[in-house]
Amino acid sequence: MKEKKHPEKSSEKKSTSRRDFLKKGLLAGAGTVLAGGVVGSFNAFAQNEDTIYVLGSDMKVLSVPKSQVKERNIREEDQMQKEGREGIPGRKWIKVIDLSKCKNARLCMAACQNAHQLKPEQHHVNVLRMDRGGETAPFFMPKPCQHCDNPPCTKVCPVDATFRRQDGLVLINNERCIGCRFCIAACPYSARIFNWTEPKDAEKYKNVEYDVELNVPQKKGTVSKCLFSADLLRDEKLPYCVTACPNGVYWFGDENENAVTNGTTKETVNFKKLIKDNAAYVLLPELGTKPRVYYLPEKDRLVPFTYEGSTEIKKEEH
Amino acid sequence: MSEIKQKEGQKKSLNKIVSDLTRPIKNHYGFTPWILFLLTVMGIGLFAYILQLRDGLGVTAMRDYVSWGLYISSFIFFIATALVGMLISAVLGLIGVKWITPISRIAEMIALGFAMWAGLIIIFDMGRPDRVLNIFLHGRLQSPIVWDITVVTTYVAISILLYLLPLIPDIPFLKKTMNDQPKWKQKIYKVLSFGFKGKPEQYKLIKRLIRIMAILIIPVALAIHTVTSWLFAATLRVGWDSTIFGPYYVSGAFVAGGAAVIIAMFVFSRNFRLKEYITNLHFDKMGKLLVMLMLVYLYFNINEYLVPAYKMKLEDEPHLMGLFTGKFALMFWTVQLGGLIIPTILLLFKKMRKPVPSLIIGIVVVIGAFFKRYLITIPTLLHPHLPIQNVPEEFSTYWPTAFEWTITMMAVAGAVLIITILAKLFPVMPIWETAHEEGITNDEMNKFAEGKNI
Repeated sequence: MKEKKHPEKSSEKKSTSRRDFLKKGLLAGAGTVLAGGVVGSFNAFAQNEDTIYVLGSDMKVLSVPKSQVKERNIREEDQMQKEGREGIPGRKWIKVIDLSKCKNARLCMAACQNAHQLKPEQHHVNVLRMDRGGETAPFFMPKPCQHCDNPPCTKVCPVDATFRRQDGLVLINNERCIGCRFCIAACPYSARIFNWTEPKDAEKYKNVEYDVELNVPQKKGTVSKCLFSADLLRDEKLPYCVTACPNGVYWFGDENENAVTNGTTKETVNFKKLIKDNAAYVLLPELGTKPRVYYLPEKDRLVPFTYEGSTEIKKEEH
Repeated sequence: MSEIKQKEGQKKSLNKIVSDLTRPIKNHYGFTPWILFLLTVMGIGLFAYILQLRDGLGVTAMRDYVSWGLYISSFIFFIATALVGMLISAVLGLIGVKWITPISRIAEMIALGFAMWAGLIIIFDMGRPDRVLNIFLHGRLQSPIVWDITVVTTYVAISILLYLLPLIPDIPFLKKTMNDQPKWKQKIYKVLSFGFKGKPEQYKLIKRLIRIMAILIIPVALAIHTVTSWLFAATLRVGWDSTIFGPYYVSGAFVAGGAAVIIAMFVFSRNFRLKEYITNLHFDKMGKLLVMLMLVYLYFNINEYLVPAYKMKLEDEPHLMGLFTGKFALMFWTVQLGGLIIPTILLLFKKMRKPVPSLIIGIVVVIGAFFKRYLITIPTLLHPHLPIQNVPEEFSTYWPTAFEWTITMMAVAGAVLIITILAKLFPVMPIWETAHEEGITNDEMNKFAEGKNI
């Protein structure tokens, strides 16, 4: 089990690591049971799947399919909220998207939807087929939230439910959002979505504690958006979409470190050099939003235009 | 001899004024079916809203791209219509226009009814109305929504005062003539009289208070609609990203409100049999006023559409062409020609400023004003900067569902209900001001009120 940063308990942790571990295990078990909702719903899973034994909150040993066991975030919710609002000190997250590599595999979209409990038509990252007209061939452009340094969305929020953190991420707190959708109207990149009806598997995730850095569980009547996988960044991991890409489209990293890592090849390069050498650009720079997402130009396009891969939105597997 | 005769004539006149203006309050003919009709419309809307609360805003036609729809465009329409209270009773009142006496209270009733329901429409549009208190708990001054809520509530508060203050000198007459009315009604009158006895200093105080409120409401009213326009102009969207949105909205608001006043004038003059008070002269004056307001609005329309159309920036093109020749062309030209230009031309003719033609023109202008707000809100959202893709077909179109229509109709019926109830509780025009204009002095009025009491 991966140790999570917990500033208040860090000194205590060293001496009582074993007890702490047990406590975590217990909470993990309880959390998983809650996540699963009623025990009866487990019947839906395949019978021959490997199971794991966890200790339930009522001190009963429960058997749970391995695929359904998730690490429970044991930080207190308000602590999570506080850290989620502040961001990770010293970081300036940055994403570079190489348009010449994107073949519309859409695995980034699927991974994202899976992580954020989204319906097939809900996109935090959306791969758009861009057609600039004339004789040039179309190309595919993954479009996540641009995490602007001058975000139009956070300015208009009447309740500070969407905010920009010190590490440059623009997040959303769906426990405070009143659903006015002003931020959706304000976003020039159409990066925000709304839970018009009950979110996917709402019943299943009903009792799951809200994680502001993952924005799950989704809530009816609130806005959702790409978070640059803030929960993974806290664990020093690359975002869901970045690692899911099979074609080396995504580079992700820290502007302060001036380094970005490719999610497919795991190669780390100089960020400034990468964007300079490839003449990177940002979307709609004239609007003054100062995005944190850079695009490497769509060179080497195929004429006539063909592509491999599915145009269908991948359905999630359970 | 002649002096006595004149006085007798005046006394009769005061008697007539009081009985003419209080008769509609007593007479309930047609009142019950009308209230039942309004309550039915509201009941259907309420049922639809309960379903919307249960199932979420997914019952509307709004989706991730057109995320504001009929509710928000109705909200602008309601705020717009409410603005007329400020124009008639404040602006015209302060510059001393005399003919507004019988219609200023009507304008104030419209302002109250529509401003109150505008606030509720915003609640209908919220995804989480249960969290409405967050606006006060976590409100942020940067957000135009917070400004909007502040000015709308201020406007409602001042409008209530502008309605109640001129009502106080009427209460003694109501107390005297309404003693056959139910107890709760008399109780209301008693409370609202605030101890008014018709003393000269009391009249002076009331007049001064009305004046202060009339001055205060002007900046508040300008703010309420300017801020409403900023909900749009503060975004980076094609079609909303405009520097003249504030005055464009304000000028449009007066058109909607002016036309609404004409409709209300007609209804009250016929249904309440007040033709002697709301005369052809008033329709003529309101018609002329509406021409002026529509010309100002036309000027802003030309600025708002012609200048971007002349440049035809790449980003603006799909939006503007959608309005001029595309999907919204029919509605756009019907609204601009039928709801603005043709009514302006027609009202230039004296014949068209007679009550019945004014009524028809007023109705057309109000409907035009409603759909104008629709045209401001929806087409822009259908033309985002980046293409709409990988979503179901319904995401790239919008036409309100039955839920949205019925809930909007509940708001319209609710606003009309407030106006109806006010018209059934209090005279629709000020008795004392009407009497003053007839040359009746305060003393005579006091005597009249007391005399009846004995």
